[in-house]
Amino acid sequence: MKVSAPWVRENKLLDQNELTAFNEAVLPHLDAAYNLARWLTRNDQDAEDVVQEASLRSFKYWKGFSGRDCRSWLLAIVRNTYYSWSRQRSVQPELTADGEVDNVDDSILSPEKILLQNADREMLKAALEDLPVEFREAIVLREMEDMSYKEIADISGVPIGTVMSRLARARKRLQIYLTNAAERNYL
Amino acid sequence: MTCGETKNLLNAYVDGELDSTGSLSVESHLQRCESCLTDVENMRALTSAIEGGALRFKAPQRLKRNVQAAIRAANPAATRSLFGWRWVGALASAVLIVALTWVVISQRTKSSQETLLVNDIVASHVRSMMANHITDVSSSDSHTVKPWFGGKLDYSPPAIDLTAQGYRLVGGRLDYLQNRPVAALVYQRSQHFINLFVWPSNDSAIKQDDQLTRQGYNLIHWTKSGMTYWLVSELNATELNECARLLKE
Repeated sequence: MKVSAPWVRENKLLDQNELTAFNEAVLPHLDAAYNLARWLTRNDQDAEDVVQEASLRSFKYWKGFSGRDCRSWLLAIVRNTYYSWSRQRSVQPELTADGEVDNVDDSILSPEKILLQNADREMLKAALEDLPVEFREAIVLREMEDMSYKEIADISGVPIGTVMSRLARARKRLQIYLTNAAERNYL
Repeated sequence: MTCGETKNLLNAYVDGELDSTGSLSVESHLQRCESCLTDVENMRALTSAIEGGALRFKAPQRLKRNVQAAIRAANPAATRSLFGWRWVGALASAVLIVALTWVVISQRTKSSQETLLVNDIVASHVRSMMANHITDVSSSDSHTVKPWFGGKLDYSPPAIDLTAQGYRLVGGRLDYLQNRPVAALVYQRSQHFINLFVWPSNDSAIKQDDQLTRQGYNLIHWTKSGMTYWLVSELNATELNECARLLKE
């Protein structure tokens, strides 16, 4: 697999102190790692596999990690692990959404407010899972991990402008999905 | 700022990613634009719905255990710290140090024992001449000298007469070396006396055929048939070697 620099270093075993430092730094972020993996894979077991693999990778690259933000570092590894995992499994790659022209009718959104009070957890979950994976990734990092555009850009390896564009389009899609779902339920 | 320009910035505005100038211009536009304001309110509603929607997945305890187990397995050195290779290495180092120390000490002990013995032999030789008591039994006849030791030692030293070769057997004497009585056979070469100390020893640690000089005396040492021989004299080394060669034959 390919993890971008500067994490690529020779794997060396950790002594007891290093292992303790690793455990203290990385293990508290397992929930965040699993959450991202779960939203990317949309499946419990696959998410566990990805996190397990990502944890081992983070262990291997630990000696090369000199940064302070361990959560971002781990989430970047989770993301990369997910992409190499989906390639390995020959999962049909999801179409890159960045280049697409969103074929949505903005008129259904304006000028009324969408009725999110009717959107329960299952509906929100379905709406999020319906997003292209890059959009899903951006939304999860922004809305659930409360990350800045810069942090998301670093993790996803794209410019900040792309992060902004992905979030904007992801939100628009979510609103349309939820509006349509609310109308279906209402009818 | 036009509505189109503002709409591009609304997400960044909602996410707090605009600088103060950008935020102010968006806010002034929002006061005038119902459509943009609705967009902002929809975004905020969506954000709070996701935040409050219990949409975060929590890692199962099983996964946490598995991750820790996998890391332990991938890093065997640290997890087996109590009996791990680091300790084996430390133990091996300690054993090696002890062994080396023992070897060095025993070598030094051995060499110091050897030095002591050599000093004793030289001292015995010197004393035998000073006290004018070089022989207890005076005879050039090996058949007289050899039986004389019979009742005094638990072994029978060889008493070889080398008169024909220029090393005259003058007699025998009881001496005391290495905490035991030993046989001293006395030879004479012109005016020089030669002491041959003989005692049974299986100490193979003393090097064969040692030849050394102490305080102007030459010493030659060898072992043969379980006996230790020390030849000591003020005689020159060449002649003493010749004597030793004849005795060994």
